[in-house]
Amino acid sequence: MDEGVFLEATNVSKHYGGVTALEDVDMGINRGEVHCLVGENGSGKSTLVKIITGVVRPESGARIEIEEEIYSSLKPIQSYEKGIQVVHQDLSMFPNLTIAENIGIGQYIEHGRLFVNWSDIKNRARKAFEQLDVEFALQTRLGDLSLADQQLVAICRALASDAKLLIMDEPTASLTQEEVHRLFEIIRGLKENGVTTLFISHRLEEVLEIGDRITVLRNGRKVDTLNKDEATKDDISYLMTGEEIEHEYNLEGYEENETLFKVENLTDGEHYKKVSFEVARGEVKGIIGPLGSGQTNLALSLFGLNSPEEGKIILDGEEVHLDSISKAMNLGIGYVPEDRLTQGVVLEQPTDNNLILTSLEQFTSSSTGLLKEDRQTEFVEEAVEEFDIKIGDPEDPAISLSGGNQQKVVVAKWVSIEPKLLIMNRPTHGIDIAAKGNIYDLISELAAKGMGIILISDEVDEVIENSHNTMVMKEGQIVDKIKSEELSSEELYNELTSSEVDIK
Amino acid sequence: MISKELLKRTEFYLLIVIVIISTVLTIITDQFLTFSNWFDLLRNNSFLGILALGELVVLISGGIDVSFTATATVAQYAMGIIISRYVGNLFLAFLIPGVIGIGLGSINALIIFFTGVPAVVVTIATLNVFNGLLQFTTGGKWIYNLPASFKNFAQIKIVEIPQPDGWPVGLSILVLFWVGAIILTWLILNRSTIGRKLYAMGGNDEAARRAGFSIFRLMLFAYCYMGFLAGIASVVQAQQNQVIQPNAIVGRELDVLAATVIGGASVFGGKGSVLGTVLGVLLLAIVRNGLILLGVSSYWHKVATGLIILVAVVVMALQRKFRSEAAA
Repeated sequence: MDEGVFLEATNVSKHYGGVTALEDVDMGINRGEVHCLVGENGSGKSTLVKIITGVVRPESGARIEIEEEIYSSLKPIQSYEKGIQVVHQDLSMFPNLTIAENIGIGQYIEHGRLFVNWSDIKNRARKAFEQLDVEFALQTRLGDLSLADQQLVAICRALASDAKLLIMDEPTASLTQEEVHRLFEIIRGLKENGVTTLFISHRLEEVLEIGDRITVLRNGRKVDTLNKDEATKDDISYLMTGEEIEHEYNLEGYEENETLFKVENLTDGEHYKKVSFEVARGEVKGIIGPLGSGQTNLALSLFGLNSPEEGKIILDGEEVHLDSISKAMNLGIGYVPEDRLTQGVVLEQPTDNNLILTSLEQFTSSSTGLLKEDRQTEFVEEAVEEFDIKIGDPEDPAISLSGGNQQKVVVAKWVSIEPKLLIMNRPTHGIDIAAKGNIYDLISELAAKGMGIILISDEVDEVIENSHNTMVMKEGQIVDKIKSEELSSEELYNELTSSEVDIK
Repeated sequence: MISKELLKRTEFYLLIVIVIISTVLTIITDQFLTFSNWFDLLRNNSFLGILALGELVVLISGGIDVSFTATATVAQYAMGIIISRYVGNLFLAFLIPGVIGIGLGSINALIIFFTGVPAVVVTIATLNVFNGLLQFTTGGKWIYNLPASFKNFAQIKIVEIPQPDGWPVGLSILVLFWVGAIILTWLILNRSTIGRKLYAMGGNDEAARRAGFSIFRLMLFAYCYMGFLAGIASVVQAQQNQVIQPNAIVGRELDVLAATVIGGASVFGGKGSVLGTVLGVLLLAIVRNGLILLGVSSYWHKVATGLIILVAVVVMALQRKFRSEAAA
């Protein structure tokens, strides 16, 4: 492998108005290494990537050296010609086009090209498949693939454009554990072929697993670049936040015999079968399993969508038939959906309107049917304070909030109807560490007040640290139930990744 | 052998529906399956067929245009005045409306791109502005005195079939303009990089921007192409009627949109094909033709058109649903 520096950025600064995005950042990326970039939301990671890819110009004084050529700022085309390719978090692909066309689309911007050379496009795709040792049907529509496969196609596209430096922005955010492992295999394979990777992630376990070196950003400044062997998870999270992150979220105990909610032999005939469990008052029940094991369908059944075919649901000692959301809500069941962007918040609407969506009745005058604005304002102020939601003006649209704060809005919205049972489906998906901490604190507070909580997740540590009991769900069945304190990350992880489905 | 790919395609189902309806009409009427009926049907629908191809390109790009009828009217009237009063040149008769169409199309594209206002709103506004200005300046006067070369052109037949009982029936040269638009649009959409970029932009405009495509140029192309075809279609319509009426075209927007959507184009962009659009136009044409042959009151034509659109979009929505469930 050829050693040496591929890219050396020095003295990179960028301000937006009075806000510092980057301040005097230096960073070097060696040829053939996997370099990780970590930092909380707003720490400047994406600005740095945009400067490297030429989308944003740094302030004067910056010096970016790529393979012996020196720039004070890059144009996108220069970055492209230097072999810098990005796989964006949202992939930035074309779901309506075929796999081959998505990979070969770079052909269309080649100078002066008027007509498409279809056989060249297919060849580019085949070559990329070979390099990555994957195989897809060239003519399949990209949108018909799973997200993980679409990501592989995105990597193929980068390779088809002769990527020397592959920048991956939060590539694991929507992947299951198994898919993350496949991705890591791919990245290692690329490394052997001399491709350099800049890997951006929130998940420190992953960074430590895949990275050779790790650069930490905080508030737009580079804190340090660590070698893999000299870094621990706690070190990095300390560097990222400037404070020790407590990993023990002490849940209080709960009354085991005060059963709040009970499910017996629930089967929906398609996604899950024979699911039985109980949730006591004040208990947090974790459900973990590979994505698509039926957790979401189970959650939806408990929230009045997706009616089960067989089995019983018992709430407060009475059998209930949950056939609509409004019924579930009236009975005291709340649901924080897994995809806040499409199901949780109305992005264009003001934050305050989002907060009262579930509890509109409380704020509506019974005589006129109109909204009582003063009560709304009062409630919103309380919620913002209680949940520590960082907002400017409550009238700002929800889209202006960070991911973590959006998620707090979703949770606050549901807590406001004071449910007996709150189902949270991947509540910390795609939000930063500090916001995660807030959500975890909230879970333990709500449980302490006697609320039953079902926490669905695919992150091992999250479930172990934040639930009293863990259920493992695979292929639609509960395969194991364990007390969370008795679990180690490693055990649970092994149980999840083994391909067997045997019910204990 | 029917492959799975074929079963997924809107065009395949459209073709089946067209064959079934045609078979039924052939059995219950004497006139449906005759050269004279089909030649008329093709000539009378060339105008809509050309417009639908323009709309297809705009829909694929992720936009929508409802102003093209006004564009066509303006282009047609300007052409009518020039060739009836100044130069009766047939070449100019096609050139002028084409250029005017491109000009008006670029106005749409500029407003949509620089204001970010949804295309449907912008083009409803320009529809009224273009049309209103024309009605005001012309006072709604018809143009009859078209030059002889213009009149004679419409009589040219490209195919003639002798009939046992006298006059031969022929296929009008006007149909060639539709055929030409079909070939040109197909080439653009399937063989040119611009066409593929339009599909890409309609599928994900942010990704298109990141891939280095010029969104502005693509938009400009789509709306100008729509305008250009509206100009050409307006000449075909004038040839067919041999008179220029400033109120004859506006009001046909929905027929064109319907044909395109029935043909499988999505109003959300990124989807649609030339074949589907042609079949969509033919389906509407055949149904209307059948109702006339059966002597059904013309009020029912609108009901029938509406029902076809409804069925088509419901079927497509169901297809999409099954597809996403299969992928999940």
